[in-house]
Amino acid sequence: MTPSTDSFEEIESAVVRFAGDSGDGMQTVGERFTDSSAFAGNDIATLPDFPAEIRAPAGTLAGVSGFQLQFGSRKILTPGDQPDALVAMNPAALKTNIDDLPEGGMLVVNVDSFKKMNLTKAGYEANPLEDEDFRKKYHLVELDLTSLTKDALTDSPLKPSDKARCKNFFALGFMYYVYGRPLEPTLKFFSDKWAKRLPDLADANSLALKAGFNLGDTMETARNRYQVSKAPVQAGLYRKISGNEALVYGLVAGAKQAKRELLYAGYPITPASPILEGLSALKKFGVKTLQAEDEISAMGMAIGASFAGDLAVVATSGPGMCLKSEFIGLASITELPVVIVDVQRGGPSTGLPTKTEQSDLMQSLYARHGDCPLPVIAAHSPSDCFDCAMEATRIALTYMTPVILLSDLYVANGSEPWQVPNAGELPLIENKFANPDEEFVVYRRDPETLARTQAIPGQPGLEHRIGGLEKAEDGGVSYDPENHENMTHLRADKINGIAKSYDPISVQGDAQGDLLVIGWGGTYGAISSATKMLQDEGFSVSSIHLRHLNPLPNDLGDLIKSFKKVIVPELNLGQLSTILRSTYVTDIIAFNKIQGKPFKVAELREEFSKHLS
Amino acid sequence: MSSSTTEEGSLTKKDFVTPNDVRWCPGCGDYAILNAVQRTMPDLGIPKEKFVVVSGIGCSSRFPYYMNTYGFHTIHGRAPSVATGIKVANPDLSVWMITGDGDGLSIGGNHLLHLLRRNLDINVLLFNNRIYGLTKGQYSPTSEVGKKTKSTPAGSVDYPVNPLLFALGSEATFIARTTDTDQKHMVETFKAAQAHKGTSFVEVFQNCVIFNNKTFEPITGRDVRNDQILYLEEGKPLLFGQDQDKGIRLNGLEPEVVSLKEDGTNQEDLLVHNPKSPNAAYPTLLAQMTYPSFPTPLGVLRQLEGRETYEQSVVGQIEASQAKGEGSLQELLTGKNSWVVE
Repeated sequence: MTPSTDSFEEIESAVVRFAGDSGDGMQTVGERFTDSSAFAGNDIATLPDFPAEIRAPAGTLAGVSGFQLQFGSRKILTPGDQPDALVAMNPAALKTNIDDLPEGGMLVVNVDSFKKMNLTKAGYEANPLEDEDFRKKYHLVELDLTSLTKDALTDSPLKPSDKARCKNFFALGFMYYVYGRPLEPTLKFFSDKWAKRLPDLADANSLALKAGFNLGDTMETARNRYQVSKAPVQAGLYRKISGNEALVYGLVAGAKQAKRELLYAGYPITPASPILEGLSALKKFGVKTLQAEDEISAMGMAIGASFAGDLAVVATSGPGMCLKSEFIGLASITELPVVIVDVQRGGPSTGLPTKTEQSDLMQSLYARHGDCPLPVIAAHSPSDCFDCAMEATRIALTYMTPVILLSDLYVANGSEPWQVPNAGELPLIENKFANPDEEFVVYRRDPETLARTQAIPGQPGLEHRIGGLEKAEDGGVSYDPENHENMTHLRADKINGIAKSYDPISVQGDAQGDLLVIGWGGTYGAISSATKMLQDEGFSVSSIHLRHLNPLPNDLGDLIKSFKKVIVPELNLGQLSTILRSTYVTDIIAFNKIQGKPFKVAELREEFSKHLS
Repeated sequence: MSSSTTEEGSLTKKDFVTPNDVRWCPGCGDYAILNAVQRTMPDLGIPKEKFVVVSGIGCSSRFPYYMNTYGFHTIHGRAPSVATGIKVANPDLSVWMITGDGDGLSIGGNHLLHLLRRNLDINVLLFNNRIYGLTKGQYSPTSEVGKKTKSTPAGSVDYPVNPLLFALGSEATFIARTTDTDQKHMVETFKAAQAHKGTSFVEVFQNCVIFNNKTFEPITGRDVRNDQILYLEEGKPLLFGQDQDKGIRLNGLEPEVVSLKEDGTNQEDLLVHNPKSPNAAYPTLLAQMTYPSFPTPLGVLRQLEGRETYEQSVVGQIEASQAKGEGSLQELLTGKNSWVVE
């Protein structure tokens, strides 16, 4: 069923948001819309937004789950500031999302759910759909989704309640019509997921999807169809990828390129659990996954596996990082490679488990006792998680050190198209294994990297002991004051030396000018987009996005000096800005947001322009 | 253990001794345990480079520094996690974990529980001296109620944990007890622990000469031990006493001490030691026999065979998956829903 394009209005990009009860399958339809748009050749960026409770009471504001995506024929770097079209499955979804919909935006509602009880649960005293001003404000499309879906499935053997549950795909089919999306990827999804096990369900969902699409065709809405052409991208093989998926693949690739077995230890925690689940499914790659009894133990298992020669990896979120910190100190003093992933969420404490934030930077840099600097890197987009996982592996094995890789909920759950790398062209990662024919001195260092070599248990003649007590070069416990000072310096110098291995900073724009925007992590899309808009308007503004947060790049200080003003937007109270102020003793403007939500392009543009006048 | 073997007699105790000065207090029971482990290892048929000794924090946990093997002195209570990582990464290694009553049952109780239930093929030696020694004398989770220490001047109000019952509750497949006062018994017990496939939990009564001297003296003291220790031997009746004239009989669900001479009880009426019983009731009964009401059992209380080890299961799943073909990285990266842009 390839839609004809006769009646389309050509647009460059569009933002669509689906919102409903957390049991309504909004994440699923959002994912499907994303797949279909990728299949259509658009560039895309997504933002899933769901509550911490799996199924909060139906119909309540707390239970609303949303999924927003932007797709376009140009480079798409963010999921969009505000939706062009909002699908609201119930009054609670309308209430929590309507403020984001601009006047004239398309509003698709499931009128079947706008009954007194649901309206009351959502806190509406009167039905907003009966308000004339409200009706005039938006391009309102009222669908009896529940009954339309049931009607479409008259012949299906499913129970009536199960039929009603297909309404999310009916709504999706309707939106496919509006935006001229292909149905094939979604029909294939039904077939792959259910055809064998639950063929009736596969059929029912296919019927509902097609019925929704056909309804669009027969409604007057036809005059509002939109066309988004293919985005101009480099030729090649593409796929859609989420941040957590990319991280999983990057770790597998890193282990392969280092010729080590991959051992992952984790404890379930939002939003890092998909990494544990993803790696657990890759046994044919020899990946060992251990679900530990707690966060502390996961770190200990990784350290043990590292000592025994595996590429050891843990992933967690902020609260888990707190628990791991004593063990991270052990990995530092024993100089064992471990990749530690922190998929950040709102904090402190349990905080906002399902909302994004960038507030673990200080924790990653400093939350250990003693002087214990560690390399810290951050991924800036879903596909960048792949490169960052390989980079973390490189640093860990080259410098014999734990490495902290910061992701965040927005990056982890978001997805975008990714040009598939050629596995044969990925860089090799070297190990620092001890030579069994030479005398092994535990803390003897490579003069270039200051890394020690590693002797793996099982090798005759290299028996040695390591541990948390301070050691002399020969591996013996030493309380000697000068030795402790020397070893503390050596460990710090080793970490600082990592900066020598970086590529030069890539600047979006000129390397000097009025305003430099410095970002890190998941704010990349919004910062780049806002910077580009201002550049197009003729302003002297450039942006950089730091992958390496410790040690900072050696060329950063000079770059900062080349601009009149420097601004650091962050989803925290100002962590990187504080670091930069103290490191370079210079004035830094901090722009901060701590709402569990990513920056909007518009709010960054507005803030940047304040400093450009 | 699956470790490959070495020629018998090619290793001696000396091979396991490091040149480091041993820094336990003079007279500490740890010296005797170190000696017993160094006497055990050469006889196991395992090459020296396959041994890894892992510990947490505490007096006992300095152990790896004195063993000329691969060793890892980790952090307080967490040795089970590190040992697990080592064993899963390389199941061919012979992993020995050294812990104490504070390290293993207080700060590390959770990890020890999970190590035991997972049944990794690791030997756990828990040195129980019923005190915190390295921090200079606070009561521990095995100290008796009323124990007066620096942190409990009015006496401890904590009810102590019984290490053997803890291990049983944690589904341990091998549970044994020995004492630092008996070299021969320690070596025998350590060898039995090594021979068991699965986590072997061994409680070692250990004397802290400085902060809790002679805590086990009423049981292991030279003049009382024959009447206070019940040596467990598989297939043998539960007999003890200077003249082997006392035994343990079951009365309903209650064990009772009987005298063969005085009560006219026959040996046939006594419980016969069966460490392989799958029923946890029997080893529970033994573990609950405590001073002064009962003789204290030493030896192997439980040895359950047949439960797969954790590392076998982990590796087994990987091998089963790879038997159908190893993964192609390119296929993984490409995925099932890719598209070509021309």
